[in-house]
Amino acid sequence: MAEAQNIPVGSTTAGQIAVAAESTVATRMSAPPSFDVADFPVPHGREEEWRFTPLERLRGLHDGTAVATGDGVKVDVQAPEGVVVETVGRDDARLGRAGTPVDRVAAQAYSAFEKAGVVTVPKETVLTEPIRIAVHGEGGVAYGHQLVELGAFAEAVVVIDHTGDAVLAANVDFVLGDGAKLTVVSVQDWDDKAVHVGQHNALIGRDATFKSFVVTFGGDLVRLHPRVAYAGTGGEAELFGLYFTDAGQHQEHRLLVDHNTPHCKSNVMYKGALQGDNAHAVWIGDVLIEAKAEGTDTYEMNRNLVLTDGARVDSVPNLEIETGEIVGAGHASATGRFDDEQLFYLMARGIPADEARRLVVRGFFAGLVQQIGVDDIEERLLVKIDEELEASV
Amino acid sequence: MATLEIRDLHVTVEADNATKEILKGVDLTVKQGETHAIMGPNGSGKSTLAYSLAGHPKYTVTGGTVTLDGEDVLEMSVDERARAGLFLAMQYPVEVPGVSVSNFLRTSATAIRGEAPKLRTWVKEVKETMERLSMDPSFAERNVNEGFSGGEKKRHEILQLELLKPKMAILDETDSGLDVDALRIVSEGVNRVRETGEVGTLLITHYTRILRYIKPDFVHVFSGGRIVESGGAELADKLENEGYEAYTKGGVSA
Ligand SMILES: Nc1ncnc2c1ncn2[C@@H]1O[C@H](COP(=O)(O)OP(=O)(O)OP(=O)(O)O)[C@@H](O)[C@H]1O
Ligand SMILES: [Mg+2]
Repeated sequence: MAEAQNIPVGSTTAGQIAVAAESTVATRMSAPPSFDVADFPVPHGREEEWRFTPLERLRGLHDGTAVATGDGVKVDVQAPEGVVVETVGRDDARLGRAGTPVDRVAAQAYSAFEKAGVVTVPKETVLTEPIRIAVHGEGGVAYGHQLVELGAFAEAVVVIDHTGDAVLAANVDFVLGDGAKLTVVSVQDWDDKAVHVGQHNALIGRDATFKSFVVTFGGDLVRLHPRVAYAGTGGEAELFGLYFTDAGQHQEHRLLVDHNTPHCKSNVMYKGALQGDNAHAVWIGDVLIEAKAEGTDTYEMNRNLVLTDGARVDSVPNLEIETGEIVGAGHASATGRFDDEQLFYLMARGIPADEARRLVVRGFFAGLVQQIGVDDIEERLLVKIDEELEASV
Repeated sequence: MATLEIRDLHVTVEADNATKEILKGVDLTVKQGETHAIMGPNGSGKSTLAYSLAGHPKYTVTGGTVTLDGEDVLEMSVDERARAGLFLAMQYPVEVPGVSVSNFLRTSATAIRGEAPKLRTWVKEVKETMERLSMDPSFAERNVNEGFSGGEKKRHEILQLELLKPKMAILDETDSGLDVDALRIVSEGVNRVRETGEVGTLLITHYTRILRYIKPDFVHVFSGGRIVESGGAELADKLENEGYEAYTKGGVSA
């Protein structure tokens, strides 16, 4: 009897470390970043940044045919005292500072939104309760933009919770003042048909700390670009992600950490479980250490657990180093498989089949969920993981 | 007294779109407290017997019966067999990503014992058992069998044997791939369990080496999917000197 197979059929785990060579991160994009959708050609699917995405399931977000319908999403913000919550027009000067759209759909979102949400935590304000932004899909098409800004030394937790059904392209900007601490939990708990594409840009101030959890369960297609850059030295970013990709779902997370400033840290850890026919998870982890960014310390990791046949993972870590004067840089990607032999082994130790499956998946995600630090969200995720598992067997 | 009774067991596997009969009428009775060595050449069906008893889905039982204390084992699912008291130490233990050894052992002990072991005594029990098997405590935090060497995997199997205290232990080539030190450590673990007198042991092996440490009460020669000769410990000496040729070439073998 053969040893357990570790790489599922139909998966790629490619990766590379390019040292002081030409920039693969920049040259892999088919157009330079821009706020204007017109600067991006309509993708045909063979471009490096689109090659994993089923364009036909974007419902027109990529080619200009998806028109906002007014009944797209309902946004409800609940914030503790001391937080300023506003809705502003397109011309508000605070928008667009954290990053520029890098693909056509992100640019489409920026070109098409009518009003943006702005949540500001004034300087030195330390919140004890999370800010909750509920984005509920009402079945239509929507474009949006959200800014979360923390003044110097402010501390906050923000939960962005996506539920319901929608076709949504929306970007979120996080601007952190010096010494600020922001934890963001973005939950994609969409209904089955939803399509959600967006770019999350974080600009991390001097000595500021940004911690992000991107949690994707639902939707027909979810494609997110969490991106980080630093506005001053001493910044730290921790980017955590968790996805549970079911039959027919496409969930794509494309990260970029741009070490554009000396003496900053980043740590990326994304974990995903997949089950069912044509479940497809894509993880692209780009880390760029620019020539001026000496003293950088970075590590990125992606792990996938394939629970059934018919699921596919594409995991591409990419570390690009333009200076040797760094503290550390590393990456890892691994795709493991829960197969019948493993199930047999656990059952042969008295563990019933459903519990065996739960044991494996919970064990796989446990350390990650515990890092969130928002109790109700942690509990909801564990319940959600169990529900996903029950649906499968 | 717990008794495992195997009667005229026939088992097939599907290979290359053909059904192949591997076990061709196995008869064997193992009682609590007894140790039976099953010895046979490569490919004779020893692992097939072990997996069939544990209920591996790849093996189809086409005839015969297996009972444990009169209960029909073949009717039970894999986990039910384990809870009924059957334990299989595998020739090739499986890696389970994402599950730590400590979590695995505790979940398994909870399932087998019917209740979660008390945390304090449990931690001590695991720690001491690992020490006796010369396993570093760091193994508890590693994923089940992931990156374990061959010898470490076998120790991990015997760790489970000691913790789960089955009625019937089937040890499939627990000796293979072990150096002399590891063989001694693993054998001592098996002997600790045997000395309780509460386990019946089915020791599957290709070599007589392990029988210097674990003394069998009975030795059975396995060839061509069935037991072709049975005797006492002296039969092992005969096999040591003469090999399996007499059983594989002509005559006795099917
Ligand atoms: N899952 C399977 N699929 C196909 N053939 C199998 C399978 N399992 C066993 N066999 C075949 O059955 C026969 C007996 O195999 P088995 O592993 O039981 O032998 P063994 O006596 O344990 O050998 P070894 O001493 O090498 O461990 C072999 O011919 C083997 O190829
Ligand atoms: Mg074998």
